[in-house]
Amino acid sequence: MIPTDLTIAGARDALRQRAITARALTEAHLAAIEALNPRLNAYITVTADRALAQADAADAALSRGEFAPLTGIPLAIKDLFCTEGVRTTAGSRILGPFIPPYESTVTANLLRDGAIFLGKANVDEFAMGSSNMTSGFGPVTNPWQRRQDRSAVLVPGGSSGGSASAVSARIAMGATGTDTGGSIRQPASFCGITGMKPTYGRCSRWGVVAFASSLDHPGPFARSVQDCAILLGSMAGHDPKDSTSADLPVPDFEAACARDVRGLRIGVPREYRMEGMPDDIERLWQQGLGWLRDAGAEIIDVSLPHTKYGLTTYYIVAPAEASSNLARYDGVRFGLREDGADLRDLYERTRASGFGAEVRRRVLIGTYVLSAGYYDAYYLRAQKVRALILRDFTEVFAQVDALVTPTAPSAAFAQGENMDDPIKMYLNDVFTVPANMAGVPGISVPAGLDANGLPLGLQVIGRPFDEQTVFAVGAALERAAGFDALPQIRAGD
Amino acid sequence: MSYAIEGTSGTWEIVVGLEVHAQVISRAKLFSGAATEFGAPPNSQVSFVDAAFPGMLPVINRECVAQAVRTGLGLNAHVNVVSRFDRKNYFYADLPAGYQISQYQHPIVGEGRIEIELADGSTREIGITRLHLEQDAGKSLHDQHPTKSYIDLNRAGVALMEIVSEPDIRSPEEAGAYLRKLRSILRYLGTCDGNMEEGSMRADVNVSVRRHGEPYRTRCEVKNVNSVRFVMQAIEVEAKRQVQVWEEGGAVQQETRLFDSARGTTRSMRSKEDAHDYRYFPDPDLLPLVLDEDWIAALKAKLPELPDAKKRRFMQDYGLTAYDAGVLVAEQATAEYYETVARGRDAKIAANWVTGDLFAALNRAGRTIADSPVSAAALGGLLDLMADSTISGRIAKDVFEAMVETGAEPADIVAQKGLRQVTDTGAIDAAVAAVLAANGDKVAEYKGGRDKLFGFFVGQVMKAMAGKGNPGLVNEALKRALA
Amino acid sequence: MSLDPATIRRIATLARIHVEDAELATLATELNGILGWIEQLNEVNVDGIEPLAGAAQMALKMREDVVTDGGYPEKILGNAPERAGDFYAVPKVVE
Ligand SMILES: [Mg+2]
Ligand SMILES: [Zn+2]
Repeated sequence: MIPTDLTIAGARDALRQRAITARALTEAHLAAIEALNPRLNAYITVTADRALAQADAADAALSRGEFAPLTGIPLAIKDLFCTEGVRTTAGSRILGPFIPPYESTVTANLLRDGAIFLGKANVDEFAMGSSNMTSGFGPVTNPWQRRQDRSAVLVPGGSSGGSASAVSARIAMGATGTDTGGSIRQPASFCGITGMKPTYGRCSRWGVVAFASSLDHPGPFARSVQDCAILLGSMAGHDPKDSTSADLPVPDFEAACARDVRGLRIGVPREYRMEGMPDDIERLWQQGLGWLRDAGAEIIDVSLPHTKYGLTTYYIVAPAEASSNLARYDGVRFGLREDGADLRDLYERTRASGFGAEVRRRVLIGTYVLSAGYYDAYYLRAQKVRALILRDFTEVFAQVDALVTPTAPSAAFAQGENMDDPIKMYLNDVFTVPANMAGVPGISVPAGLDANGLPLGLQVIGRPFDEQTVFAVGAALERAAGFDALPQIRAGD
Repeated sequence: MSYAIEGTSGTWEIVVGLEVHAQVISRAKLFSGAATEFGAPPNSQVSFVDAAFPGMLPVINRECVAQAVRTGLGLNAHVNVVSRFDRKNYFYADLPAGYQISQYQHPIVGEGRIEIELADGSTREIGITRLHLEQDAGKSLHDQHPTKSYIDLNRAGVALMEIVSEPDIRSPEEAGAYLRKLRSILRYLGTCDGNMEEGSMRADVNVSVRRHGEPYRTRCEVKNVNSVRFVMQAIEVEAKRQVQVWEEGGAVQQETRLFDSARGTTRSMRSKEDAHDYRYFPDPDLLPLVLDEDWIAALKAKLPELPDAKKRRFMQDYGLTAYDAGVLVAEQATAEYYETVARGRDAKIAANWVTGDLFAALNRAGRTIADSPVSAAALGGLLDLMADSTISGRIAKDVFEAMVETGAEPADIVAQKGLRQVTDTGAIDAAVAAVLAANGDKVAEYKGGRDKLFGFFVGQVMKAMAGKGNPGLVNEALKRALA
Repeated sequence: MSLDPATIRRIATLARIHVEDAELATLATELNGILGWIEQLNEVNVDGIEPLAGAAQMALKMREDVVTDGGYPEKILGNAPERAGDFYAVPKVVE
């Protein structure tokens, strides 16, 4: 078996049994990156030397019989996580030259547990996008191709497109992502891998470049539910440096993957059955529910009446917070500077040339909805609708233990599609956004292929801080689906 | 007669409200662990949070919250158990994040009041609208380079209390009294050192003018005035400017202005012109601040006696006049000094010595009560020497001067210089006899009916005894001798 | 509520983003498209609903008053596009 095909769980055992060295595993991934990244553009920055040094340290530890949960496991880090001494761009030209003098809490936790960082994964600029087309460092290619049309270059989804593409193409065993409106789950679905957005407050946001603070959720990508559970176990935990971090113990997520789903009540929200949704997705959804019924779960129809307002609420709240969060990029203390006649001119030119079109659009929308005279009509109303969306979930979780829905309304589309109208692009997140509004955990698991041979994911949503049930149901779907299709572009091929 | 500005078309009343920014006394900043000390090297007390680096998050300092609560209690104000932090968004050279974390809709402290004393002895209540916590900005230096401004973020993120008054102030004097009283309360509470020179207390002055009985007219905000005197001057010149604008048929524009203490004028502040749409919204990096009632009660229980209460007690317990009591409580150190002197002694005499001779001596020496050359105990000792008539009041003045110069104990000075009062009647009779013998003519005139010469004889005898004769005994001896 | 070029200019100034006159028309179409779509929120009855600012359902934790940070001017200034000694430098600001 070629090392890049190993799961994290598999590699963990092989490393501890010294059946493979961390160096060999890392070199295999670095070689694959060299071969495939020019095509995929999944990495903005590759840190080969650091990775090899970390690998040698891991081998030294392993040879002493010492190991942590991730000792020797090579990962990709979304370029939204600040990494000490390693350029961190957030996919934006405005941060092109930025080298953080600090390590984000989540990546520090991964390093503490022995992980190896291969490099920084491409991302929609400031995580604003659903296709990775807005990156200031070029679009990312989805390793999957349409059966009938291999020439069409597909998007990996976004905003964590580089992470999803890298894990799918096997140029990383796992990756970090962030999910503000679906930015982990939608790319996972598009790239045929697993992506988990934990509960708000489960993973620290300290050191993660902020897009929309009340909606940003760090989380893992991997090629199995169990691998996601292993990664989240290391990433999660209370952080006194983040006032919104939950002071709760981190449960054994990996063990939860083996839990029986017999007797669990699974909700099917009728509002997720949208007109114009491809039959393949509807069919796969029914199939997934059937698998769970066969596994002994009880399927219950439920209602989340405010689902359809999730997206519009999101497009007020997220830009509003972003317009404020991005004010610090002014060319004075770090990052890009364009000279100007005076300080204001410097600000305006720096931000005009440093921010791409989508970021400028959202900053302007956010500024507008917060501005005098419009706050109540837009932002305040959106906050009230957000309260109703949370109430929907609270009421539903009194009846069921988890919800199962499609992850996205479509499979991966081609670069250039959905670009003519921003709203078409925004609609990608219609099924994922509500979980961000409510802060509840969700996972996307690859469950099958559409008529074009492209992967489709099913989403499991659970109660706040009940990731264990989400992992259990996700693992049950994974077992039943037996998804073993491979992307056309991948390492070792 | 209340304060008014004489215009060419009649008199105008001024309406003033003050926004005081008081720097909270704490070791670390409001939302970061960086130090707050004044005068450190540039950017040496700055954390990545203060400099708004990507991904940095605020975590609130409990002591800063406690200080705000103490201050609220000290201002007889309502403490809000639930408050919230909002972002005030605007771009400014020394505002790293592009927003200031402040409290807009839900401040930690609500309505309160301050009582001020005026020169004519009258008192007035000035309403407090609110007190909220917020971050200080950094410092821009504009005079270091011809075309550049330099930025130091040491102060960025230090906790400020913005204390907003109602527009109840009607004269520069009232504004001065309000600021001095507020500063005195903050110092008693230990929540702000009130040092306006170092900028740890700054005032934004909202000024408007109107005809008596009119509703409010447009106001201007004069920013960052840094001394009580300047605040009083700023109000006067800004009010006069506005009167002139109105009387020339113009209209005052609502704007932010700067006070130029050198020229004694105010001028429009260009850099603030378009900063008026602050787009406040709840800071999503923070959660509602919920205070525990017991915690507030515990803070309240530990509050010191504040100036008003102390003043009332001084008037009751020591029988002092409102004026003397007011002077003595203005500074906590003075009040403590006074009480040490007055304890177990004649409180009025103690007050006279502290507000009279001591203050005079301190002024001459340019010293404060804290580093007074004469300790409270020593002054008390001096009062005791008078009480047991070891020395006369007149001698006491000389002893006090010696104490100021040498810092020596009064008893030692008296012993050393032999200033002990003479109560030996023999010695006194001898002195009397000598004086009368030397002034036979005057004795004759006195016996001829010029009674007022008696004072002359007393003076001569005292002089002969170098002022040490016990005045009572000298009188008796003279009466006897001249009978 | 629809954005005219003047409003877009005002917003862009507030946001400190330079906008060329040529861009105004396109921006207006895009932003108005999004705002029009957002209008559907007006269908929702929000009477008596408490606004929800965030998903974290807890009270604010407080830090002790201890100096634990700062003291690294080189790290603070190390990424600066322009510095003068230990200061950040910007074009002179007129107050
Ligand atoms: Mg003000
Ligand atoms: Zn303020």
